[in-house]
Amino acid sequence: MENGPGWGGGPQRPSAIRLVWIYPDLLSTYGDRGNLLVLARRARLRGLPVEIAEVNSDQRVPMDGDIYLLGGGEDLPQVLASRRLGAAGGLSAAVGRGAVVLAVCAGYQIIGTEFGGPEGEPVQGLGLLDISSGRGERRGVGEIVADVDPALGVERLTGFENHQGVTRRGPDVKPLATVVTGVGNGDGTEGSYSGRVVGTYLHGPALVRNPGLADLLLGWVVGALPPIDPRQEELVKDLRRERLAAQPATA
Amino acid sequence: MSTSSPPSRRSRLPLRARLATTVGGAAGRASRLAGRGDGSVIGGVIGLRLKPDLLSLLARGRQVVLVTGTNGKTTTTRLITAALGTLGQQVASNAFGANMEAGLVSALARAPDATMAVLEVDEKYMPTMLEATGARVVVLLNLSRDQMDRAAEIWLLARRWRATLAAADCRVIANADDPLVAWAAGQAKKVTWVAAGQRWHDDSWCCPNCGSHLRRDGEDWYCGECSYRRPPVSWVLAGEEVIDPTGRSRTLELNLPGRANRSNAVIALAVADVFGVGVTQALGALEHVRSVAGRYTRIQRRGCDLRLLLAKNPAGWLEALDILAPAPVPVLLAVNAQVVDGRDTSWLWDVDYRRLRGRQVFVTGERRTDLAVRLEADEVAFRVVGSVDEAVDLARSPAMEVIANYTAFQQIRAVLGREA
Repeated sequence: MENGPGWGGGPQRPSAIRLVWIYPDLLSTYGDRGNLLVLARRARLRGLPVEIAEVNSDQRVPMDGDIYLLGGGEDLPQVLASRRLGAAGGLSAAVGRGAVVLAVCAGYQIIGTEFGGPEGEPVQGLGLLDISSGRGERRGVGEIVADVDPALGVERLTGFENHQGVTRRGPDVKPLATVVTGVGNGDGTEGSYSGRVVGTYLHGPALVRNPGLADLLLGWVVGALPPIDPRQEELVKDLRRERLAAQPATA
Repeated sequence: MSTSSPPSRRSRLPLRARLATTVGGAAGRASRLAGRGDGSVIGGVIGLRLKPDLLSLLARGRQVVLVTGTNGKTTTTRLITAALGTLGQQVASNAFGANMEAGLVSALARAPDATMAVLEVDEKYMPTMLEATGARVVVLLNLSRDQMDRAAEIWLLARRWRATLAAADCRVIANADDPLVAWAAGQAKKVTWVAAGQRWHDDSWCCPNCGSHLRRDGEDWYCGECSYRRPPVSWVLAGEEVIDPTGRSRTLELNLPGRANRSNAVIALAVADVFGVGVTQALGALEHVRSVAGRYTRIQRRGCDLRLLLAKNPAGWLEALDILAPAPVPVLLAVNAQVVDGRDTSWLWDVDYRRLRGRQVFVTGERRTDLAVRLEADEVAFRVVGSVDEAVDLARSPAMEVIANYTAFQQIRAVLGREA
């Protein structure tokens, strides 16, 4: 825990959006880097400067980040990451001062109060979100489509899930979305949020097909977002259309 | 399959097993003639339906080598087969990558007189195939993230390997540079450790033994918490050289490109040694392998020299990008997401495509839109094409490199014809 990661992406500017990717050495199972790349791209396309810190598990988590990303992981790395993050404290402090968090899959479970370990035993989480997760009967694997809480003004989610987790929410936590196709939390809802802390079972590069969710997070940091040149969005829109059209079920 | 060479191994099989291999062989030939594949699976499927323990019966009395791991199975199987071929006896092998039970059955049934067999095995099935074949040698190449929508988490897979090998009587040839592989082989009774290298580290930051952070110091690795560490090795890949257990160093002169294939070759040499094939003799055979089931094949198409590279997962893409001919040779990337590819394209975001910046890149395949979005994020300029021919026509280049994942690769081979 000796060295801080240092801010990449140019000299530090007070106005830059600071993105912190937590523990890519432990929590990066399947394309989790995508979320970092999408946030950075959508900020830069708007002329907003970005600074990036990739923080490995033997480094200190900076407290002055704007958006913190946690990815997926297998059982052992998940337990190790949770233990280290709990001991380090930087993430909790950042959330305390209003930082944004996006946590996917194993990361989603870690930010709750409790999750299931390798043998199904309960493991203590970070408690950033009042949720607890256990192991379900079967693994949810496949495309997932879900309609986001209208209060957030984000288009329908499309992604891929691959997990066996079942997640219950406490009274102050809202579901992020309602499942159209797929498993999600296991009760017909998908993901959770409270304040600026968001968790989802859409694994890996969840923001790639959901630029609206990326913009929600960026907007929480900078307020009203300047528009993006529509030509820069064509491919992503094609991909969204393609994936949503490939789904058999509709709302 | 030959039916006219009595008294063959087949004639010693029980009647029902003989019937099963005959019917299965006929179905395989019919499948090949109908152009529905290379016939290496259908025959085995039918044979197994008639005689569920057919694999054990076919393996009985033979010296079997099983080859498994995430990447390099087909190539390493081919290299070991070539090395053992220098003993002058027939070697059975599932050379076309049909690596589940039916594929193994077909390979053995096709070569009834072969006393040795080199068989690649899907990672998940290694434990049951080891039990069925009573293999003399099991080769563990590497373990990394691959098709995670249908495969188990790789640590769980390694744990099953570990339990299986602890109880087995075979010799294990294992890559000591892959911590997960080393752990899987760690309780086996007889292990030959090979320093075969590991290019992709992102699935081995955690100690497989205790879950703590794994430390790396050059080639060495060890756990900071428990006593788990890299085992002492007897074979070493050092750049272009192989160092054998006596300490003698020789240059690997292969006709297959890249570090990954040097790694496969060193492991093949270690296996050959178990069978009494010396390094010099084996190396002479390895040199003659130029392409493996279409991989690394060069094909002339409309005046363009295409080279086909297969890459199925992030570690494989890393190795494939490493061996690309330098710019300005254009590159065609093709990605599908059929069941055998994995339905999930998330892995594209684990591959660093930035090194393709500044060269001519084409993208194709059933999931080309996913690939296009990925390249856009890495600021790699590209053109989307519907076919190989469209890329060739647009590129106007004397050569082109093609990297494709599994079914995309097979589709390209089908378009390019039998020579691929």
